[in-house]
Amino acid sequence: MITPLSWLKEYVDIDVTPQELQDKLFSCGFEVEELYEVGKDISKVVVGHVLTCEAIPDTHLHVCQVDCGEHGQFQICCGADNVKAGGKFPAALVGATVYATAKDHKTVEGVMTIGKGKLRGYESHGMLCSGVELGVSENMYPGAGYNGLLVLPEDAPVGADVKPILGLDDWIFDIAITANRPDCQSIYGIAREVAAVLEKDLKEPALDYTESAETLEGFTVTVDCPDLCPRYSAHYVTDVKIAESPAWMKRRLALVGIDAISNVVDITNYILKELGQPMHAFDLATLEGNAINVRRAKNGEPITTLDGQELTLTDANMVICDGVKPVALAGVMGGLNSEIRDTTGSVLFESAKFARDNIRRTSRALGKRSDSSARYEKGVDEYATVMAMKRALHLIEELGCGKVSSLHVDVNTGNSVEPRELTVSIDKVNKVLGIVVPNEDIMRIMKNLTFAPKIEGDNLTIQVPAYREDMETYQDVAEEVIRLYGYEHVVPAFMPSAKVTIGGLNLVQKSELKLKKALCSVGAYECIHYSFFSPADLDMLRFAEDAVERKAIRLLNPITEELSLMRTTLAASMVNAIARNQKRGNLEGRLFEIGNVFLPYELPLTQYPDEKARLCVGIFGDKESFYTMKGIAEKIADTLQLKFTYESATTTFTHPYQTACIKCDGQEIGYFGKLAYDIADEQDLRTQAFIMEIDLKVVSQWYGKKPVFQPLPKFPEEQRDLAIVVPKETTCGEIEAVMQDACKYITKITLFDIYEGEQIAADKKSMAFSVVFTPKEEAFGADSVDAFVKKILKQLNKNCGAELRS
Amino acid sequence: MNANLEQIKQEIISGAEGLNSSKEVYEFKKKFLDGKTGKIGLLMKEMKNIAPEERADYGKGVNELKVWALDYLGQLDTKMKAKELQDKYESEKIDISLPAVESEEGNLHPITLIRNQLIDIFAGMGFEIYEGTEIETDYYNFTALNTPQDHPARDMQDTFYLSPEFLLRTQTSAGQIHVMEKQQPPIKILSPGKVFRSDDDATHSPMFTQMEGLVVDKGITLCDLQGMLDEFVKKIYGEGTKTRLRPSYFPFTEPSVEVDCSCFECGGTGCKLCKGTGWIEILGAGVVNNKVLENCGIDSNVYSGFAFGIGIERTAMLKYGINNIKLLFESDLRVLKQLND
Repeated sequence: MITPLSWLKEYVDIDVTPQELQDKLFSCGFEVEELYEVGKDISKVVVGHVLTCEAIPDTHLHVCQVDCGEHGQFQICCGADNVKAGGKFPAALVGATVYATAKDHKTVEGVMTIGKGKLRGYESHGMLCSGVELGVSENMYPGAGYNGLLVLPEDAPVGADVKPILGLDDWIFDIAITANRPDCQSIYGIAREVAAVLEKDLKEPALDYTESAETLEGFTVTVDCPDLCPRYSAHYVTDVKIAESPAWMKRRLALVGIDAISNVVDITNYILKELGQPMHAFDLATLEGNAINVRRAKNGEPITTLDGQELTLTDANMVICDGVKPVALAGVMGGLNSEIRDTTGSVLFESAKFARDNIRRTSRALGKRSDSSARYEKGVDEYATVMAMKRALHLIEELGCGKVSSLHVDVNTGNSVEPRELTVSIDKVNKVLGIVVPNEDIMRIMKNLTFAPKIEGDNLTIQVPAYREDMETYQDVAEEVIRLYGYEHVVPAFMPSAKVTIGGLNLVQKSELKLKKALCSVGAYECIHYSFFSPADLDMLRFAEDAVERKAIRLLNPITEELSLMRTTLAASMVNAIARNQKRGNLEGRLFEIGNVFLPYELPLTQYPDEKARLCVGIFGDKESFYTMKGIAEKIADTLQLKFTYESATTTFTHPYQTACIKCDGQEIGYFGKLAYDIADEQDLRTQAFIMEIDLKVVSQWYGKKPVFQPLPKFPEEQRDLAIVVPKETTCGEIEAVMQDACKYITKITLFDIYEGEQIAADKKSMAFSVVFTPKEEAFGADSVDAFVKKILKQLNKNCGAELRS
Repeated sequence: MNANLEQIKQEIISGAEGLNSSKEVYEFKKKFLDGKTGKIGLLMKEMKNIAPEERADYGKGVNELKVWALDYLGQLDTKMKAKELQDKYESEKIDISLPAVESEEGNLHPITLIRNQLIDIFAGMGFEIYEGTEIETDYYNFTALNTPQDHPARDMQDTFYLSPEFLLRTQTSAGQIHVMEKQQPPIKILSPGKVFRSDDDATHSPMFTQMEGLVVDKGITLCDLQGMLDEFVKKIYGEGTKTRLRPSYFPFTEPSVEVDCSCFECGGTGCKLCKGTGWIEILGAGVVNNKVLENCGIDSNVYSGFAFGIGIERTAMLKYGINNIKLLFESDLRVLKQLND
């Protein structure tokens, strides 16, 4: 909320510095996000009286002798066409700062410091300034808009600082207003808080006016949708003379960033800023049917707003109609058909309260925002609605731009603008805070807020003004008390009356953390990716039309299409992360993520989806292989005290022969494999990549498995190395299974060599295993291990066509 | 001495001169001293061919030769082995200034690091960790938290909707309600998780991480919130850190406060990090609004509570000096490798 100090001073006597006021507002809940002097960039510019002014031959320049009072008399060269002897102009002294302008003398290009100069051989000790160079517009100071020197009043004291004369010594407070205080979305609303915090009286703006006998016979206002429009008041103004607004009003509007248009329009804008009530003025001559009707728009109903845009409405929108047609999109913008023109002779003022969420939705749905809609979205109160109409009519009179008729129509759902009485227990207020605030302080604070407090015993009774819709309970009172009493009074305690609780992570959280640390230990870095992804990601991973991954939950209002679906797999984000790394020159690395996937039971959602944690690992680089990824899977199994088995599998996005599904206890828990080459190419990967994804919801059933101690063998183990020759397609897993089947004493089988080449038939390979035999009930006899080996070889030969390598 | 014995001795002395390795010494030694086949061993077998009166001398001579040979060749072996060891070392001379071989260990994401740190602090104060769901209903995310449909506070948070009823939670506060519906006080929970708002710039990401804390019990007041916060900031930012409460607004707390802590960079004198104010905004908090307790079936005449919410990314960005929130979600290894804490 942009708030000029000069405007605030209209309602409160402020006797502290702007910085002190900033601190006071901050401590009572109004953060001043920015505080600056209007002329913060302007310094050492004084009233200069031009004594002599002579043209420099063959140029547009003049050389002037300028009296700057106490600062001295200087020779200044000037190119402006309105420089003249006897005139008073702003003179920037050597060392002054002013705005630098482009060649057009209009566009500001930064701040410059004035130095001594020489123009066409004439020394110049300073500069005479235009309005633009001082940051003063026509609306801020009449005449400042002229493309030449800013002319100062004849009575301006020579040598005096120009800033007070031009209003550049004013201060702007940009104040953040919390959502519970829409009543402070106005200068007057802020003034109420300033009065409370400075303990000063609040001066109400003038609201008086005189009604003429004039009226409109039979004019009616009807509201068909009181739920969206709890209050609508209209007042008729005759004898309107559209003209410029007075300088004071134009200046105030300029300070809050609004361009003056014409007196009637300016009054509505002025009141929006002053009282926080959006108002609208209709040109009465354009209204047909002698009526105003507030209703929901019809589906497909068109309206052209005063910015010339044609909109098509729905019954979610609200329109203001005359007896025949819509003339405004309620709360958002007036219609082009009823706007105020230079020829307007009579107007109908509207001051209404519209439901904030209706205005918000309309504004969002139509992509149409205005100062009015922005204000309505935050919520207006009926107190301001009533006050604003009076103020508008007062200003009509004050500005002399019309006559206030006696036609006033007010449609009201029955809400009072009188204060509400609220009684609360002082003890309860203090118990929220944990301290005892003295009753006299509570009284003082409530009085400063104009709550007219009374205390009887433990009861505090206050009269809550209608604009304080947020005040409902003792908790609200507690907040008012503490914010003005000061949070520094709060005394730290440590829940002396609370029960002791035992905190900490649960099993799932502990297990996931353990898993993360294990993955770090194998050189993987944790990453976190967005929970949403792109439809293009589904195509990238080649999911079939009917794949479960494609049944993703869609955001109704995504920021972009790339972030429009809730993830059904973590693999896509991982592939993207790998691609991003490779683009940035990181050609090898290991990444992992634990995140949720979201699998709906039906679409659109009617119940919570299956939201479950998954682990995704992505590794890339020339050193990686299927087996390094398998090593990571084994690390995960070891960390969780589990045993994983692996079976050949396929996915749509991995190598058909380098993909495994991971099983645990007979249940499929995930997969891993080498990223398919076509996808790697599409993603411009320069090194190979492998992806693993594990369903942690399934795995979580085994979390917390304790290691079981195996007693050390009583009898010595024996170890044998077996080198066998088998057909090439035989897998290590098959051989191990046959071995294990053939001898119950085998406790460990380790493949330590594979050989294919000259010494072996072309369709064969040699595999060398180290096998450990552990005796159980008694030690092995002299030849028993040899007998086991014999049996194993026999079985291998039978099942896999294996021969002992000679 | 037997000429034969002397000859063998000379043979050993001359033969040993040509030996170049401990292995050769071993083989050479075997040639003479092997019990069955060595030349000295064979001398013993000769005993039967020696005249009985010479046998004692002969035996003594052979034995002396054997002792001498063992000692002589033993010394040679020791010398040889010492040289060989030295040679091996010499051959393995390396350039110790070559770069180290890295044994890479990954690390946890900075968000996880901060999260764990906070969990440790609050778990020690008796907080349980509750993780809600990322997809929530409008009721749990807003209505139950005293933010009905037309409430202006909804404007504070641009919400991603999935259906008229379901949305991506905009705040971990949603989890409060689930806990309070299931459990009567005492309640002390910490609820970390991903939250979503339709916001996208250098300091805002459409997804970020919050950690919500909630205490509900008998007699909980604003002073308890202040006390707990004081403990918390000292643990995370250091002993001397101070807190400051200032009024703010959240629909589910009343009174609501913003909490600032004295700047951990400059200690409160004012610097770039704290924009010269000496204070850094770290979290939002407040006394739980009675309406929220009542919505969950908790009697506000008996119980009261406080709640607070911390933005993890902001904490991480402040702690590690990260200037763009996007860096946290891009998984650039050059970034991740730096944040090893």
